Amino acid sequence: MSAPLIEMRGITKSFGAVKANEGVNLSVAPGEILGLLGENGAGKTTLMNVLFGAYAPDAGEILIQGKPVRITSSADALAAGIGMVHQHFHLAPRLSVLENLLIGIPGRSGGIDRAGGLARLSDISRRHGLTLDPDLPVSALSVGEQQRLEIVKALFRGARLLILDEPTAVLAPSEVDGLFSALRSMAAQGLGIIFISHKLNEVRALTHRCTVLRHGRVAGRVDDPANTTSAAMAELMCGHEIVPPARGPSTPGAEVLTLDGISTSRHSGTPLRDISLAVRAGEILGIAGVSGNGQRALAEVISGTRSPDAGRMTIAGKAVTRFSPREVQALGLGRIPEDRMTTGLVTNLPLADSMVLPRIGTAAFSSKGLLKPDAIRAFAEEQIKAYDIRCPGPMTRAGALSGGNLQKALLARELAFDPKVLIVSQPTRGLDIGAARFIHEKFLDMRAKGCGIIVIGEDLEELLVLCDRIAVMYEGRIAGTLDSADATIARLGLLMTGAEGRA
Amino acid sequence: MFRLEVRTSTPAWFNLALPLLAVGATLVLCSGLIALAGAGVLEAYGVMFTASFGDSYAITETLVRAAPIIFTGLAVAVAFRAKFWNIGAEGQLLAGAVASCFVGAIPMPGVLAILLMAIAGAAAGAAVALVPATLRVKFKVDDVVSSLLLNSVIYYALMALIEGPWKDSFSGYPISPPIEDSASFPVLLEGTRLHLGVIAALIAAPLIWFLIVRTTLGFRIRVTGESPEAARYGGIHVERVLISTALLSGALAGLAGVGEVGGVHFQVMSDISPGYGYSGIVVAMLARLNPLGVVPAAIFLAAVMTGAEAMSRATGVPAFLSDVIQGTALLAMLVALLFTAYRIRRVGAAA
Repeated sequence: MSAPLIEMRGITKSFGAVKANEGVNLSVAPGEILGLLGENGAGKTTLMNVLFGAYAPDAGEILIQGKPVRITSSADALAAGIGMVHQHFHLAPRLSVLENLLIGIPGRSGGIDRAGGLARLSDISRRHGLTLDPDLPVSALSVGEQQRLEIVKALFRGARLLILDEPTAVLAPSEVDGLFSALRSMAAQGLGIIFISHKLNEVRALTHRCTVLRHGRVAGRVDDPANTTSAAMAELMCGHEIVPPARGPSTPGAEVLTLDGISTSRHSGTPLRDISLAVRAGEILGIAGVSGNGQRALAEVISGTRSPDAGRMTIAGKAVTRFSPREVQALGLGRIPEDRMTTGLVTNLPLADSMVLPRIGTAAFSSKGLLKPDAIRAFAEEQIKAYDIRCPGPMTRAGALSGGNLQKALLARELAFDPKVLIVSQPTRGLDIGAARFIHEKFLDMRAKGCGIIVIGEDLEELLVLCDRIAVMYEGRIAGTLDSADATIARLGLLMTGAEGRA
Repeated sequence: MFRLEVRTSTPAWFNLALPLLAVGATLVLCSGLIALAGAGVLEAYGVMFTASFGDSYAITETLVRAAPIIFTGLAVAVAFRAKFWNIGAEGQLLAGAVASCFVGAIPMPGVLAILLMAIAGAAAGAAVALVPATLRVKFKVDDVVSSLLLNSVIYYALMALIEGPWKDSFSGYPISPPIEDSASFPVLLEGTRLHLGVIAALIAAPLIWFLIVRTTLGFRIRVTGESPEAARYGGIHVERVLISTALLSGALAGLAGVGEVGGVHFQVMSDISPGYGYSGIVVAMLARLNPLGVVPAAIFLAAVMTGAEAMSRATGVPAFLSDVIQGTALLAMLVALLFTAYRIRRVGAAA
C-alpha cells in the first residue's frame, strides 16, 4: 500500500478539564474507506473538527502524503484536499445546485464561470454516478439529493479525502444503497473516505478498516470489518458486552388506541388515506415505511397536532373529539416527537422548562395561573436522577445536552405520568448503542406494565427486535401488517415498495 | 489574527457586564463627535452627568423622563420575549396619549378620571398593537414592517386631529384641548414634576418581571418565543399567546402615553413623544429583555436626553448627540450580544 493520504499522529485536545482526544493516531490510504466508530462523546466529532481546522489540537500533528501541515481553518482544510459532509447541510436553499457549487469560487474577471462549472459537475456526476440537475434550487431537492450535492461540492473543490459524519442518519434505506455505491466508486478511483456511523451493519458492509474511539482514545482497530461481528465491534465501542434486549412473550389486553378510517388532506407531505389500526395494552406496534409515506401525518394526528378530515380515534376507550395535544394527553397518551431539538424541547430555556412544558397548566406545576417553581425543579431533578440524564442540573440549557440525554429527558417527561399509550417516532435516531439500549429497555418495561406502544421508525432491524406487530405504510395507507414472528426484512421491504398483500 | 468560536455556555455575569460594556463603548465612540464639535470630552460628559444626576431636582427630572421609556421598554421586552417584533411602541404610545386625553377632558372626580385615563390609554395602545399581531397570526404578514409603518399612520392621524376637529380653540397652536385640572396626576414631591405615573412605571417593572418569570402566561410567552414548534407540540395555543402578548405590550406602551398626558403635558401635541417608543427598543435590548433591567437602562437613556440639552447649552455641542448616543448604544449592545454566543479566540498567523 502506498503512503497514507492522511495521517493524524498523537492528537490531543482538551476542553477545560475534559480530554476530548488523547494521543489519537489515525490514517487513511488512497482508495481506502475508514470507519470511525465510537459512542456519542467518544471524541469522533472533535477529532474530525481538528482535521477540518475548526479546533487547534493541543498536541500532535497532521501529515498529508507524508508532509506535516498546519490546518487552522476550513479554508486550509479545503486547500489540503479535505472535504467534509456535515450532518447538517451547509447549502443556500434559494440558490440552484450549480450556484451552490460555485459559491466562493471566483470565475474569470470576478464573474461566475457557468460553463466551466457545468463541465466539472457533469464530469464528477459521470465518474461517481452522482447525478444532479444543475438548475434546480436546493429547496426543491430531497434530503438525499442535498447530501449528494454536499459530496459533489467537496469533490468540486478538489477533495481527495472525504469525511462523512453519520451520512445515513437522514437517508431512507433505498437511498443508502445509492450513497454506498457512490462512495465505493470514489474509493476505487483513489480517494480516501472517513465514514462516521453508529450503524454497525453499515460499517461492516462499507468500510475496509475501522478505528474505534472510546473516552477520547483509540480503543481498538478492526482490520476486516466485513468478517467481524457487530457484537465484537459494539464491545470495543462500549468497553463491555452488549446484550440485545429480550422481548418476552406478549399478553396483550384491551385496545388502548384505535384509529378507524382516518384520512387527512390539505397539508404538505403525504396525506393519510383511510387508516385503521389498533394498539392493545401490553403490545408494541411498529410502523415501518420509507420516509415520506404518511408517517409524519399519522404521528401528528395521534399526537393531537393535526385534525383528520374523516375517521374516528379513541384513546383508552374514549373518543378523541378535538385532536388537541392537551386532549390526547388528558386521555392518557404519551408522546415523543421525531424531532427532539425543535419539536420536543426548547433548546434555549432550562431543561426543567422543557420537562414540564406539556403539563404546565396542570395542578402539578401551576395553580391559578401561577407557576410552582419548586415543584417544577423538584420534578426535573427527580427525573434527571431516575433516568440518569447527564447534565449539570435542571437549570442547564436543554440544547447543551447530548442526543441520548435529550431523548431520556423526553421519555422521562412522558413516562412520569403513566401513559396508557405511548407514541414515539424514530426513538433512537442518532443515539449511540448504550443510549438506544436504555430506550429499548424502557419500552419493554412499559410494555410489561400494560402500556400500548406505537413506534414509527425506519430502522427495520430495530422494529423487528422491539415490536410484536409491524404495520407498513405506503403512500398514506397501511400496505400490510405482519406479526413480527413472520416478518423478515425482505417481506417488510416488499410491502414498503407498495407490493400489496396482507400476511 | 482573531477568530470567533462558538460558546458552549454563557457565564451569568455577562448579563450585567454586556450592557455596561456597550454603554462604555458608546461613550468612548461618541467622545469623538464631542471633540469634533470643539468641546472637551470630559467636560461635556461632566455637564451631562451634573444636569441629570447633580441634585435632587435633576434626579426627579431624569426620572420623569425615564417613566415613559420604562413603559415602552417593558412593552418591547414583553413582545420580544415572545418574538412578536413590536416596533410600534411609538404609535401605541401616541394612541394611549390621545385616548387618555379624550377621557381626561371629561369633567369627573379626579380618582375616577385617572383610573379611566389609564384604562382608556392602555386599551388604545393594545388596540393598535392588535393590528400587526392579527396580520401576523392570520395572514403571516411580517410584524416588524406592519408595526413600524403603523407608527406613521398613527402619527399623522394625530396631526390631523389636532390640526382639525380636535384643535384647542383657545390656542393658535396645533394642540389638543387640555385635560381637566382634577384629572392631572398628583405630584409626589412638592416643587418637582415627579408625578404618579413615575411611580406606576417603577412598580410596573417588577410586576412584569413576575408575570414573565412566575406565571403560566409568562411561561407560554417564553416558550412560544424560543420555539413555536415545541410550544405547539406541548399544547400551547401559539396564536393565542401572540395575541395576548401583543395586547399586553400595546397596553404598556399606551400607558407611557397616559403618563405624558396626565403628568407632564396635560394635553396632546405633535411632539409629545421625542421617540420614546423607539428608545424603548434600545432599553429592552440593553436590559436583555429582562423587565427589571429595563429600569436602569431607561434611566440611563433619560439621563442622556436631559443631559444632552444642558451640555448643548454649556458647550455648544448639538443636543442631537443624545440621538447619536441612543443609536450607538443599540448597535453596541447588538454587537455585545454576539459574545453571549461566541468567544473571541486568538489564532496564530495563517499558514
